[in-house]
Amino acid sequence: MEIAASLGRFTLYRIQVLGRSGIFIFTAILQAFLPPFRISRLIKEIEFIGSKSFLIVFVTALFTGMVLGLQGYYSLSQFGAEAALGVMVALSIIRELGPVLCALMVSGRAGSAITAEIGIMKITDQFPALEMMAVDPLKYVVSPKVVAGIISLPLLTAFFDLIGIAGGYLVGVKLLGVSEGAYIGKLAAAVTFRDIYGGIIKSLCFGLLITWIATFMGYTADATTEGVSRATTNTVVLTSLSILIVDYILTSLLL
Amino acid sequence: MIRVENLVKRYDGITASNHLNCRFERGKVTVILGGSGSGKSTLLRQLTGLEKPDEGAVYIDGKDLTTLSRKELFEIRKKMGMLFQGSALFNYMTIFENIAFPLREHTKIADNIIKTIVTMKLEMVGLRGTEHLMPSQLSGGMMKRVGLARAVVMDPTVIFYDEPTSGLDPISTGVIGKLIQDLNKALNITSIVVSHDIDSCFKIADNIILLYYGEIIANGTVDEIRNSTDERVKQFIQGAPEGPIPFARTAKNYLDEILYD
Repeated sequence: MEIAASLGRFTLYRIQVLGRSGIFIFTAILQAFLPPFRISRLIKEIEFIGSKSFLIVFVTALFTGMVLGLQGYYSLSQFGAEAALGVMVALSIIRELGPVLCALMVSGRAGSAITAEIGIMKITDQFPALEMMAVDPLKYVVSPKVVAGIISLPLLTAFFDLIGIAGGYLVGVKLLGVSEGAYIGKLAAAVTFRDIYGGIIKSLCFGLLITWIATFMGYTADATTEGVSRATTNTVVLTSLSILIVDYILTSLLL
Repeated sequence: MIRVENLVKRYDGITASNHLNCRFERGKVTVILGGSGSGKSTLLRQLTGLEKPDEGAVYIDGKDLTTLSRKELFEIRKKMGMLFQGSALFNYMTIFENIAFPLREHTKIADNIIKTIVTMKLEMVGLRGTEHLMPSQLSGGMMKRVGLARAVVMDPTVIFYDEPTSGLDPISTGVIGKLIQDLNKALNITSIVVSHDIDSCFKIADNIILLYYGEIIANGTVDEIRNSTDERVKQFIQGAPEGPIPFARTAKNYLDEILYD
């Protein structure tokens, strides 16, 4: 009886949190479309979430592409199908690895930082300070971050795709001697608009997901040092897991 | 002027504001005095509209704060300034940007005039020349003064101070106290200070409201409070460890708990 009750309490509490986070993100997005618009805040956040993730995305993409080139060549050459290497690399990156790995890297780099930043603002009373200066904290702090995430992720993913395919090219063509014409030509013929479109949809969702979880965790963190450190950890764990789960759901819907 | 009528606020069965009635006059510094857990911060949060009371009303210039929409509340807040206990400066902005923030958000004043206003406010708190620094580069007392400059940058008619002198050295305490008084006189505003610092409170206050467990136990001018015959007031002012205000608040009898639990 006691177990059932505590299980019920736990479930109800979780559902409440989910509901609150839903209202939270809905308000933040709604506020983003209402004046006054703070373009400079948005640009600053895009710089933080987007531009500053370039290097980490570049390195991840390059080595992912190179490994795919290596593994793909090894598998494909057993059937004498090395010519399909470009198609294999491009499709796995554009459809799957690009959006997912890119989102995982950004969530580790920017997501945790967003939670920590908002948590510290909370500890130091900066939200009531904004309130007292007649500025809506949700609109001022959260909205730009969410919009920046939705804008940045597709762009970073496109960049990831490009570098990943180049990495595969580097290993496949330059190192292992696959014909350049086959790599590029077959790739261009096989990749359809639907593949690219699917990848963009995924990255848009991940952009929202990362900023949603990161801002909500920061906003609801206990206003103590332990509270913020716990929230930061939760952000990384929750975003990583939900990216993988949402990726499966989106893939099944888009196929 | 601010008038509080029959204010009640409860948290989980504890009454933090128990049917409070008081008023804060224009041109006067009113200090809300009380020990930890006396409900003074709760009262402050309700006066500013950061929290809604369970019952009662807070009138600012005739308007009841508790019934206003968020938009109307924000309009009133533009005429309020608040100095937070930890200063609450934006840590990612320079001192200049911190002070200019309310002006940039709510007015269309040109940049060069904003610069003049910020310089004047910084001169007032004696920190001209720190414009380009980040808050983390300042000491606690300096941060409080910057917080004060930011609180008055919109020329408010009401200023709230949350523990303005806690954690400051004696000289900084004196400086902040003098600033509070000077501002109050120069601008003829309503100044409300929440504090537990008796000495500095007697120096700066015109009126004092003494809170004890959510109730007002004394309300009057500095002299009235100083000459009060109420034992609880006397104990608080003298900081006496023994008296009608118990040090420990516990439901059980001490001996019972030790001997029979």
